[in-house]
Amino acid sequence: MTQADVSFRRGLRLGAGFASVPLLLSISFGVVAVDAGLSPVQAVVMSALVHAGSGQFAAISVFGAGGGVVPAVLASGLTNSRFLAMGIAVAPSLPGRPWSRAVQGQTVVDPSFVMANRHDGTFDRWLLFGAFAPQYAGWFTGTVLGAYGGDLLGDTDRLGVDAIFPAFFLALLVAELRRPETRWVALGGAVIALALVPFAPPGVPILAAALAALVALR
Amino acid sequence: MNGWLLIAGVALLTAAIKAAGPVVLGGRELPARFTRVVGLLAAPLMAALVVTSALADGRHLQVDAATAGVVVAGVLFWRGSPVIVGVLAAVVVTAGLRALGAP
Repeated sequence: MTQADVSFRRGLRLGAGFASVPLLLSISFGVVAVDAGLSPVQAVVMSALVHAGSGQFAAISVFGAGGGVVPAVLASGLTNSRFLAMGIAVAPSLPGRPWSRAVQGQTVVDPSFVMANRHDGTFDRWLLFGAFAPQYAGWFTGTVLGAYGGDLLGDTDRLGVDAIFPAFFLALLVAELRRPETRWVALGGAVIALALVPFAPPGVPILAAALAALVALR
Repeated sequence: MNGWLLIAGVALLTAAIKAAGPVVLGGRELPARFTRVVGLLAAPLMAALVVTSALADGRHLQVDAATAGVVVAGVLFWRGSPVIVGVLAAVVVTAGLRALGAP
């Protein structure tokens, strides 16, 4: 077995451990998308093509509130702007022609980004791909369940599903915090983000939090 | 119709955002200072995602039942619980507090 196979399998295993959460989250996405006026087919196609949960929720909440297509697309772009920073981070670890790198870059999602990080400035790209696969499968399957079976659930807030999203990212954060040098940076990011919440559009506080990592330039 | 436009717009923009870094900077050696920043990037991004989703609703800060659920999940994760256990605990605590009348 080559090193690529080993990494890919390891990624699959790690990603599978997290896949139950995208499954739960995307069930609620399917419900919300249909409530906002998409057909079940459209909700499923959106998850298949986009696969960036927070951006999809942002787009749907603007669209569902009657905000129109362009503002909804922009809201998703801002919410997903953190992937710009992540894409720059993984770029040196992705070989090949530009179009091939563009395709490889699509496998960056929050858990795969965290798991593939070697913490020496490089990323294990096969682990990235492996960790992405179960995330994608979970996200797709959950959207199907939510879009077609959402009527069975009723009021999802009452069920506490809004705790899933932050708890999921907290699991990824705690894994990072095991390394002491990340702690002040994480705190800095949290403070920057919270300070910007009242003033900036959703998503921008998260991208701005990435600036906390610039402390490494000292 | 508008639904399909929305899907196309979000799909294209997301793909472009994810492709930008790898296309422009891919396969290149970058200076050591850059790689140190990269190694630290995940922590502030994840921290920001946690606080903006657990302590805020849109543009205003708020603490509610979900905040308590997320705190419980954090303790479980720190003690080594699997992801699904912490997440389900967060959901159960949140739903339980709401059943008792919390916001």
